[in-house]
Amino acid sequence: MSSASEVETAWGADRPESTPGSKKSDPILVVDGIRRTFGGLTAVDVDHLEIQRNKITALIGPNGAGKTTFFNLITGFDAPDAGSWSYNGEPMSSLAPHKVALKGMVRTFQLTKALARLSVIENMKLGAQNQKGENLFRAMMRGWKDEERANEERADALLKRFKMDHMREEFAGGLSGGQRKLLEMARALMTEPDLIMLDEPMAGVNPALTQSLLGHVKELRDEGRTVVFVEHDMDVVRDISDWVVVMAEGKIIAEGTHEEIGKNRQVIDAYLGSHHDEDLTFDDEEE
Amino acid sequence: MDFQSIIVNALQAAVSPEAAIFALAAIGLNIHFGYTGLLNFGQAGFMTMGAYGLAVPVFAFGWPLWTGVIFGILAAVVFALALGAPTLRLRADYLAIVTIAAAEIVRFLVRATSLSDITGGSNGINGFSSDFYDLNPFTESIKFGPFSFLPRTMWAIILGWVLVLLGIGFCYLVVNSPWGRVLKAIREDEDAARALGKNAYSIKMQSLIIGGIFGALAGMMLAISTGSVQPSPQDLGPPKTFFAYAALILGGTARLWGPVVGSIIFIALLQFTDGLIRGAQSAGWIPEWFISGTEVGVMRFILLGVGLMLLMLYRPQGIFGDKREMAFDV
Repeated sequence: MSSASEVETAWGADRPESTPGSKKSDPILVVDGIRRTFGGLTAVDVDHLEIQRNKITALIGPNGAGKTTFFNLITGFDAPDAGSWSYNGEPMSSLAPHKVALKGMVRTFQLTKALARLSVIENMKLGAQNQKGENLFRAMMRGWKDEERANEERADALLKRFKMDHMREEFAGGLSGGQRKLLEMARALMTEPDLIMLDEPMAGVNPALTQSLLGHVKELRDEGRTVVFVEHDMDVVRDISDWVVVMAEGKIIAEGTHEEIGKNRQVIDAYLGSHHDEDLTFDDEEE
Repeated sequence: MDFQSIIVNALQAAVSPEAAIFALAAIGLNIHFGYTGLLNFGQAGFMTMGAYGLAVPVFAFGWPLWTGVIFGILAAVVFALALGAPTLRLRADYLAIVTIAAAEIVRFLVRATSLSDITGGSNGINGFSSDFYDLNPFTESIKFGPFSFLPRTMWAIILGWVLVLLGIGFCYLVVNSPWGRVLKAIREDEDAARALGKNAYSIKMQSLIIGGIFGALAGMMLAISTGSVQPSPQDLGPPKTFFAYAALILGGTARLWGPVVGSIIFIALLQFTDGLIRGAQSAGWIPEWFISGTEVGVMRFILLGVGLMLLMLYRPQGIFGDKREMAFDV
């Protein structure tokens, strides 16, 4: 478990300011003025956000804060009303989801999308990018066998790492909820992403598996990847995040280390309501 | 009742050009529905494209038959693009609605009186297939034991089943490849495929085109084997599509041989029940007031429908399907 001081040491001189939309020393993702409305409801309205490279950033916020919509916008699954964002300095606005993934920004889903009637290994091999055999004419010519073998080796290594190698030939539809989360993360890694965006990776996962999933997420950072994840479980956030971004009602209301966020008045208000600690009675013994 | 001739007729139907036509149409539907999850309810439209694409150049312009083959395939490709471009970005059900409507639009279009110089109007087109039958090496009926085929039929049978085998070979190659894997991924969850960097729209379009070409081949085969194209519902209307679906589901979806075996059994059963009812009638087992001679054709479809329902109840995965796959709710 990383204590607060450990997080501070890890940042060192690059420690960003703890203000919403603060500058980062080496941002992989920069978002500007992104807004998405559904009728009268403004789901996402983010002025500025930078995500530091090679760190684990947690995106938290109460239900309906716009976290998943934000994910959808950034990864091309939804189109914003306004705004722009760049990834590795490249503008990404209005790019189709598959093009976003090909650039190295890959996401998982809150409701896991295991491909039920494909085996685990086939699920994994699907993740490999730019496969020759995915072109119809080359698929017929069978010139992709070597590539397929290489992909299969990589998939097997990942399955081993996620301790799923014994389920290799099972249909993904037969896996448990937690195993599907693992499979989805492993499959996302097959794309060799630089930035991996996990939408509630721990939801519905039993505590024992949570520990190993946390380990895997930290490993991703140690491999030099950047992780952004949405999570409701504050223990998880405390455990692995280097930086926490808080959303409420579509806006970024706070940024900082998990320690700072835990004390942030605005965050507490967003989660619990601004009058949560005022007693309804006239007793003034409280506090 | 002459059981032997009923069985001989059923077996003869099993290898008839008609079975090959259904097999080709069902192979196309297998690519659409079985592998990609596209609900194409307009396979008859693709067949119309193939049949008229083949016949029109000969009939209207006097060009040789082989040019018709090219036109038939091109027409199917254009039809697929026209159907796919607006609907493949939308949810799966939109394609179903658009394909069934478009197939009927096309059929009504070719039977329009104002187009009768080109498409023959409601009379259809006859006598365009001589180029093919001129090549027929068979001069007299072919007999194997109790089976006997007319030279024309034999020649059409050979063409039909060669096409089916080539089609199966092609399917084997493309389905067992990374391309085929993307097809199945799209069937399971399109968004997951897109999140992994797959251009779902393009692959779905490719699938629609390829399955449509198989539909067009079925249409050409129909035109060749009967020597005519008719814009009638039973030839190129919605029943054709749904019979092809029945054959596919009978054999097992997303299985290489499912559509072929399904079509063979479908046609053989149809012929068998027909023979059985007629035989029972002439033997006096079924009274005339219960099923009259003209009602036999309908009756066999009713029996077949009951059979399909039983299949769905007791073997929902079809003959070749994998029971395990049915366990997942997708």
